[in-house]
Amino acid sequence: MSGIKAVFIADTGVKGPSRTEDFYAAFLSRVRERNLQDSVQLVRTEFSGIYDKGIFLRIWPGGVMYRDVPESRIDEIIERTIISGEVIEELRYTEKPKSLRVVLRNCGKIDPECIEEYIAAGGYGALNRILKDMSPEEVIEELKVSGLRGRGGGGFPTWMKWNFTRQAQGKEKFIICNADEGDPGAYMDRSILEGDPHSVIEGMITGGYASGAQNGYLYIRAEYPIAIERVRKAINQAYEYGLLGDDILGSGFSFHLGIRLGAGAFVCGEETALTASIEGKRGTPRPRPPYPSLRGLWDEPTIINNVETLANIPPIMERGGKWFSEIGTEKSAGTKVFALTGKVRRSGLIEVPMGTTLREIVYEIGGGLETGMELKAVQTGGPSGGVIPADHLDTPVDYEHLQDLGSIMGSGGMIVMDSSDCMIDVARFYLRFCVDESCGKCPPCRIGGYQLLMILNHIAKGSGTPEHIEKINEISNIMAKASLCGLGQTAPNPVFSTLKYFTEEYLEHINDKKCRSGKCSGLLSYRIDPDKCTRCSICFKKCPVNAVKGSREEGFTISSDECIKCGECFRVCRFDAVKVR
Amino acid sequence: MEKELKNLIEKWEGRRGNLIMIFHEIQNRYGYVPRDISLKLSEILDVPLARIYEVLTFYNYFNLNKPGKHTISICMGTACYLKGAGEVLKEFREILNINEGETTQDGNFSLVTVRCLGCCGIAPAVTVNGKVYGKVDKAQVADILSEYTESRDRVNEKT
Repeated sequence: MSGIKAVFIADTGVKGPSRTEDFYAAFLSRVRERNLQDSVQLVRTEFSGIYDKGIFLRIWPGGVMYRDVPESRIDEIIERTIISGEVIEELRYTEKPKSLRVVLRNCGKIDPECIEEYIAAGGYGALNRILKDMSPEEVIEELKVSGLRGRGGGGFPTWMKWNFTRQAQGKEKFIICNADEGDPGAYMDRSILEGDPHSVIEGMITGGYASGAQNGYLYIRAEYPIAIERVRKAINQAYEYGLLGDDILGSGFSFHLGIRLGAGAFVCGEETALTASIEGKRGTPRPRPPYPSLRGLWDEPTIINNVETLANIPPIMERGGKWFSEIGTEKSAGTKVFALTGKVRRSGLIEVPMGTTLREIVYEIGGGLETGMELKAVQTGGPSGGVIPADHLDTPVDYEHLQDLGSIMGSGGMIVMDSSDCMIDVARFYLRFCVDESCGKCPPCRIGGYQLLMILNHIAKGSGTPEHIEKINEISNIMAKASLCGLGQTAPNPVFSTLKYFTEEYLEHINDKKCRSGKCSGLLSYRIDPDKCTRCSICFKKCPVNAVKGSREEGFTISSDECIKCGECFRVCRFDAVKVR
Repeated sequence: MEKELKNLIEKWEGRRGNLIMIFHEIQNRYGYVPRDISLKLSEILDVPLARIYEVLTFYNYFNLNKPGKHTISICMGTACYLKGAGEVLKEFREILNINEGETTQDGNFSLVTVRCLGCCGIAPAVTVNGKVYGKVDKAQVADILSEYTESRDRVNEKT
């Protein structure tokens, strides 16, 4: 044995600290027994990011990790690993790759404005092979094997969409890339378009070949000028290289691609509204069926795929459907890109295999909460999704599990909330968004959303009643069942899920007129503490509605009936005498 | 004006579903879609004015009124909202004495709220003429505005 060895002992699990304490003491005494204390350094580390693996060790140099280590094996570890440098296989812990880049494989690695770099990274290689050696049916079969499902929210199997359009009859066929990413708090699609536009284009050409579509459109939000510019450049380059246009790479297959811009309507992310918008009309949805794969743009068969879905196509075609199907879980293959934001320490874009738990995402990748406060909930799926409370953090993130919890995968916004966030306020935020963005075509969404919002406003203002809870359930149900499109059907989700997991908080607002996070300003009450008040009368003078009563002789009080809770008295008081509850 | 308009829409004329793309061209040029332009457009394309306004008013990206010299966009995305964008908006409203969607009387500032600027990492975010300000605090609002105000005080100081 040579050199100094270090053993890191990490606290894990809920009962971690005390157990670790004993283990540490035991380890130390064994080291001393062997008189190795000068060459073996024991280090107690904080939480290592790996949960529920019992006592967790990492031994340097080498960094081999052991999990679930019982005290009885300390001797063995010292003898075999520390002294002889052997690895004890049955204790060994191999880290699951927490993040895996399939979609974002090129982002940040190649110059997105340079097609040569994309080609050098293997880009368009799969397309070349497909056009030469594969029939459209074989492409669809490969996609079927991969198990790829739509990344825009619904999770519909991509191969089925392609196959429907392939089999449909039409004068012409289209493929559309839906890049109308409107969810607040989500920017996955923007990053892909800005970082690797060619992979989306390659995905679209492949889809065109497989389905028989000869024209494609990228429908991009006008709010994303850089993405639009990069895509425009990429399309021009692809034309120059003969990857777009007539007779691509001498295969006889022709495909043309154009850009259409969105104009700030969230509902245009819905596929029938999107096609209406490309047709130059108001973006209002229509009843389905017929689905766009049979009758879409200009009533012709149309594939509509989300940006991330399309960016998955080239790697699948390059490495095979089987390779892809082995990533993630059985029903949700592959990876998912999330925009991890909110109260998390490291916010940003992440890509993880499906089935990674929320805990792993928030704590291991996101580094835990930035505020040091307790995690309260994680919101997924944007305005169509729901909140997942802290006690469900070990849920694997895939389509089915999120749906069971009353949320959805959505396009990939993931917002971490701590105890300073009020759930009623969060529900109101999303609902207000949906009410603003409702196109107004169908009454359940137009009227139902508004009424729900009014109820939440009552609750937040302190005029809520227990009957309101019943009403919320009733309206939500009707909206979910009777709305024309996904926007209205899912608009009650944030309300529904907060009510389900945080009923107590709703009841507090209604019965006790109390908001534990202090977010609902309508529920605050102001009071003057007579012991601290110096009777300076500044609050009396400043109150805009004369709710401060009294005089310098008698002292001051605040009339809660007249108070509008503007907080002015609290701000002007220099003696900390105005109390807020 | 007619010639300029024709130049603008030339690229899109005769193409299917061109209306929205034409509005984009017009707004890029003028900053909004003026009514007289819409009237002309209706003649050139032979589309009823009602149809033009039907589409134009549906999409909130298109302005019907002339925007101010500087456009202040406050991000109201989830991350920004949770981190206090509401307070920042309130401060802008109070200082400029306008509501969101309005322009100051001197035509200097327009105040708008936007859904998500896609830079949630630096929430709350504000842009002025496209320049991004991250982690904006209520107290910084006046400073940001002063960058775009031709301050009379500053002129006075010089004279």
